[in-house]
Amino acid sequence: MMRPRFPTPLSVLVMAGTLTTVAPACAQTAGSSAARPATASAPAKDYVPADVQFMQGMIHHHQQAVVMAAMAPTHGASERIQLLAKKIDLSQRDEMAFMQRWLEDRGLPVPEVGAHDHVMMHMPGMLTPEQMQQLDQARGAEFDRLFLAGMIQHHQGALTMVKELFAAPGGGQEPTLFDFAAGVDADQRAEIERMQQMLNALPTPRSPAP
Amino acid sequence: MSLRSSGRVRMLAAIASLALGSVPTALVAQLPLPTTNDPRVGLGAGLTDAEVAAKNLRLVSNSPKPDIYMPRDSAGNLDLGGLTYANSDLAFRGNYVFQGNFSGFQIWDVSDPRKPVRKVAYLCATGQGDPSIHGNLLFISAEGPGNRIDCGTQGVQDTVSEERFRGVRIFDVSDVANPKPVGWIQSCRGSHTHTLVPDPRDSSVIYVYISGSAGIRSGQELEGCLDVPPDSAGSSRGRIDVARVPLDNPAEARVVNGARIFPAQPRPASHGAAPGDTTQRRRPAAAGAPRERPGPDQCHDITVYPAIDRAGGACGGYGILLDISDPVNPRRIDFAADTNFAFWHSATFSNDGSKVVFTDEWGGGTQPRCRVTDPLPWGADAIFTIADNQLTQHAYYKLPAAQTPQENCVAHNGSLIPIPGRDVMAQGWYQGGVSVMDFTDPNHPVEIAYFDRGPVDSTRMYIAGSWGAYWYNGYIYSSAIARGLDILELTPSEFLTQNEIDAARSVVLAEFNPQSQPRFVWPATFSLSRAYLDQLERGQGLAADRIAQARRDLDAAERLSGAQRQQALTRLASTLEPLAANAADAARVRLLVQSVRDLAAAR
Repeated sequence: MMRPRFPTPLSVLVMAGTLTTVAPACAQTAGSSAARPATASAPAKDYVPADVQFMQGMIHHHQQAVVMAAMAPTHGASERIQLLAKKIDLSQRDEMAFMQRWLEDRGLPVPEVGAHDHVMMHMPGMLTPEQMQQLDQARGAEFDRLFLAGMIQHHQGALTMVKELFAAPGGGQEPTLFDFAAGVDADQRAEIERMQQMLNALPTPRSPAP
Repeated sequence: MSLRSSGRVRMLAAIASLALGSVPTALVAQLPLPTTNDPRVGLGAGLTDAEVAAKNLRLVSNSPKPDIYMPRDSAGNLDLGGLTYANSDLAFRGNYVFQGNFSGFQIWDVSDPRKPVRKVAYLCATGQGDPSIHGNLLFISAEGPGNRIDCGTQGVQDTVSEERFRGVRIFDVSDVANPKPVGWIQSCRGSHTHTLVPDPRDSSVIYVYISGSAGIRSGQELEGCLDVPPDSAGSSRGRIDVARVPLDNPAEARVVNGARIFPAQPRPASHGAAPGDTTQRRRPAAAGAPRERPGPDQCHDITVYPAIDRAGGACGGYGILLDISDPVNPRRIDFAADTNFAFWHSATFSNDGSKVVFTDEWGGGTQPRCRVTDPLPWGADAIFTIADNQLTQHAYYKLPAAQTPQENCVAHNGSLIPIPGRDVMAQGWYQGGVSVMDFTDPNHPVEIAYFDRGPVDSTRMYIAGSWGAYWYNGYIYSSAIARGLDILELTPSEFLTQNEIDAARSVVLAEFNPQSQPRFVWPATFSLSRAYLDQLERGQGLAADRIAQARRDLDAAERLSGAQRQQALTRLASTLEPLAANAADAARVRLLVQSVRDLAAAR
């Protein structure tokens, strides 16, 4: 877990055919002073187990959001909810492909979509099979309400996953993964707020949610 | 030079079968989509040899990344899979362009834009490396938890560590070939971006607004950091970190205020369904009014416009208008929300400050969001007018041409082009390329030029494309994430005449940071007056024979010199002045008259 990340030379900078040595911020602190090969080397291993768990887990997590979004057109959702569902569907399908590439680029196992029933229970914010069934049975305004409440719960789980990633030693430091995880946090935080507003604006349900 | 490729599409296919067939057709039909009838559609792929489509923009030069930013795997193949060596933002000073990179920065001498000369490629792991320049001080953003004080690439394993650096690095670049680290501003959330803000009363300091959206670091690592809800006392959320930098001693730079522009923000009413979604807006809550749940708890980016004491904050689910007359204590004066906007990303003001363009970075820039299936109001620009300190939303603008799933694409960074009498900006759309957009009419933005390459690879998406496209002293500089530095120039067209381009080129800045917007002032030139005449002709703002006569008079005056020229110009101004009253575009005729008077007064 405490492996060095990229074996990149710190002290040798090459430009346009000339070799110039520049001391970076604290080359001495970095303990790197010997000349090294003049090209950058690709990361041999640039992740920790928490990174892999995050990416694999988030693929499953996103999958549930896509399944929920797919219900909107056939469950009498209002126009506003259908648009929200469409945006979530587009967004999260892209991100699943993105996470898949990140794992593939590192030769790591990519979760199969569909083979997730035993995994999804362990992910924060995932709707239970009972909740999913309830959502699938709902129509119209009731669907809207359950969809919003469910997706807020689901997104809040994603925020928890990001928080856990960054709390893990060395977690979330590979730049692409950091950018992605920080983006998930920022985007879903904003979307939770929009959904909370939409939920507040809905008419009060006839009976309280079970 | 083959790219590492992997082509599994199993996941995509599986997901498509889950949902694609069940899109609500009635609603989708209402959402405008990108066009496939455009020369930018179907361009061949390649890192260095992609097909190009360009309109009214010419590539002057492309300077690839140096080898130190081009990692190779053990087989010697280029690895373009991630952001580790991605080029990021740009800053400008004199003949130098400062180009950020997630692993450092480069300094280019662009005295000859056809042949930029790399003065240094500095290696320092610093995501995302957004640069700003002020005098000889270069500021570089460092956001994530893997950034180290010593620039090393090994990351920081301990959750509390003295080695970690999150904030803004400061380098002395008085010798551009030998940058020297001279200061570090540590901040609680790190710096995704930052903005330099001058002190109107004290030129010996500069302020830095630090925007960071990542997690809060431990108070044990940096004193005062506290990860609690934004409306709780001492929270590191819900504020802009304002750092003060003494220019003669940047080592003393530190955060002096956490400006709390968010708490007590009333939430906007819920919105109608898109399209045609309009912004709902309310005034800030009066003192003592019941507090609603705070909205965003950070800004992604803040563009300041010191000449008018205003800033535009792009902050999570909101666009925020700030008063920065006291730069240490920015004050919110209005905000906007929009259900089409996923993530408010950045702001660009019109030169007169009456408009602001906010961008929506839907998907964060690493996703393909300009496909033929991605609606035009999503991941777009939204144009606002500002009157009486209130934001009013007008049209959206999105790159009109559909891009492939192999191209990350969404609205990203840009800057104004100083075309007099018009509001025009250049903008980078990642692999969507560079687009130049006229938003003079905020309800009908028009694309007037573009430059686009095909994807880096035809089989998969690599993160690439234009991080930002900025006008600086006559050229458009585009920081290409994977392909280096592009320098472009505008060419005349039905949308833009050579006189307008020449007038734009007459505005020369000594220094330019896109997030610290300067006010353009046009020197008196014949091009400026002719540019206004061209615009009056294009917009039929003045009778054609009057325009033709004024052009002849200007030509004649230009052939004269000294007092004779002055008299000719003064005569012309006097002839034109009464025409304004009956002209279709009176305001532009007055601009023309003033430009001729200024020309007469010029020595």
